[in-house]
Amino acid sequence: MRAHAPLAIIIGVTLILTACKREQRDFEPDKVDAAKLGPVPLVSLEPGGDRPPKDLEAGKDYEQNAYHLNQGKALFSAMNCNGCHSNGGGGMGPALTDDVWIYGSDFVNIAASIRDGRPNGMPSFGRVLPPETLFDLAAYVRALGGFVPTNAAPSRNDSLQAAPGENRTQENPEFVPNPAAGNPPAP
Amino acid sequence: MTTRPSKWLAFVPAALLPFLTGCGGSQSVLNPQGLQAERLAQLFWLFTGVCGAVWILVLIAMMIAIFRKPRKGYRPVDPLVVDAQGERRTAIVVGSLVTLTALMLIAFTFLSYVATRGLAAPNEALNIEITGYQWWWNVKYDNPNPSQVFDTANEIHVPVDRPVSIDLKAADVIHSFWVPNLTGKQDLIPGQDNIVSFTARHVGRYRGQCAEFCGWQHAHMAFLVIVESAGDFEAWRNGQLRVARAAAGEESKDREILHGKDIFNTRGCALCHTIRGTNAGGRMGPDLTHLASRSTLAAGTLPNTQHDLIAWIADPQAIKPGNKMPKVPLDGSELDALGAYLRMLE
Repeated sequence: MRAHAPLAIIIGVTLILTACKREQRDFEPDKVDAAKLGPVPLVSLEPGGDRPPKDLEAGKDYEQNAYHLNQGKALFSAMNCNGCHSNGGGGMGPALTDDVWIYGSDFVNIAASIRDGRPNGMPSFGRVLPPETLFDLAAYVRALGGFVPTNAAPSRNDSLQAAPGENRTQENPEFVPNPAAGNPPAP
Repeated sequence: MTTRPSKWLAFVPAALLPFLTGCGGSQSVLNPQGLQAERLAQLFWLFTGVCGAVWILVLIAMMIAIFRKPRKGYRPVDPLVVDAQGERRTAIVVGSLVTLTALMLIAFTFLSYVATRGLAAPNEALNIEITGYQWWWNVKYDNPNPSQVFDTANEIHVPVDRPVSIDLKAADVIHSFWVPNLTGKQDLIPGQDNIVSFTARHVGRYRGQCAEFCGWQHAHMAFLVIVESAGDFEAWRNGQLRVARAAAGEESKDREILHGKDIFNTRGCALCHTIRGTNAGGRMGPDLTHLASRSTLAAGTLPNTQHDLIAWIADPQAIKPGNKMPKVPLDGSELDALGAYLRMLE
């Protein structure tokens, strides 16, 4: 029994190593050209015949992947999704954090909404965003809806917290409030 | 059998000497070209000198202790015998040495405080704001007059003999700004502003590098500091303030350039990049208004030639895997047109 102890330790340590490659970052998904993909069904009803192919599922792995989710989060503000969807809370566009999905909540439905646009204001990004960028965004929108594993989903913005982070400096240190001019005093 | 050190060992230091030739050049602490770097180099050589001297003294004392023959008629001192006079002498010597050390440390601390204050950038300093991204540098020239503010990337032009104060920010992770020839390192930390200042003494081109591991392409996050005369700097600044060349607009007669501009604005480039004077206004990637005037691409990864530019756009992920520029599906003629358009932005 005692003789097996070193072997057990070696096996145990080797098992820890398997945690080192948690996820694969896919920088060049050559498998798809978003612009050439076919239509995506909006409902699960199948009025006769087969459903159209779900080509956009090529990017479905992205929603298991912390790297691609955080890239999607960066793109969500960089591509001004916030302008209408306001951090997922909705405004001019529908909220993305609730369970109402007008055009379906599947990865392919969301990717198709971003790719093709939707009536009443959602623009089409299919021609200007390459497929991996589209998938990053779709995966992050799924994260907003709570569909992705919590160990991969990005956390909430600091700016949405009730109080600023304790270790952060003031946003604009150059700004000196002037009480005489009616500005509120610094907190 | 006793082993004796080979006489060839004596040649080891001589063989190492050629490595010293690597100490010069445009990215070296030992080739100071700025006020702050000169002070750092002085400190380095002072430390090396003092430590070297102490090392040699210790070696000599050790050699003496090892090889000295005992004096004739020497008897070891009995440690139990009280030698009051000798102990007092030792106490005085040790006590005064400790006091002297403490006083010197206080004096040096004061002097270093005065010296640090002297190195801070005065009010007339040139103000630059640098933001570190994975993996490139945004360089913004600040000015109280908003029409005089402009952005560029990965290339910092500064006038010689004028203090420069750099406000360092980070957009994603911690980076570190280091131009060994001009000044010491300073970190760029998300959510915090750090300041580094330097005064370049000699005209020249110096290479800087991110000095804090910041991800996969950390090694491809270099930049250039170009120190030029006050006149040359003003000329460069005025050039950068101008919007993209008129030919970049609709006035161009060249069909290929117009085609390139169309691709830039409609195929996604404009979502991330700005070209001032055109419709492109993205803020996620480097400002490309004067791209052709820079000497490198992708933060020092490639030289800025037409060939490398097209290769970069064709497949950025093969050249710098993991960077934020996606591979946009474009065919050969589209790439050529885009290259022709971008090469015109001087």
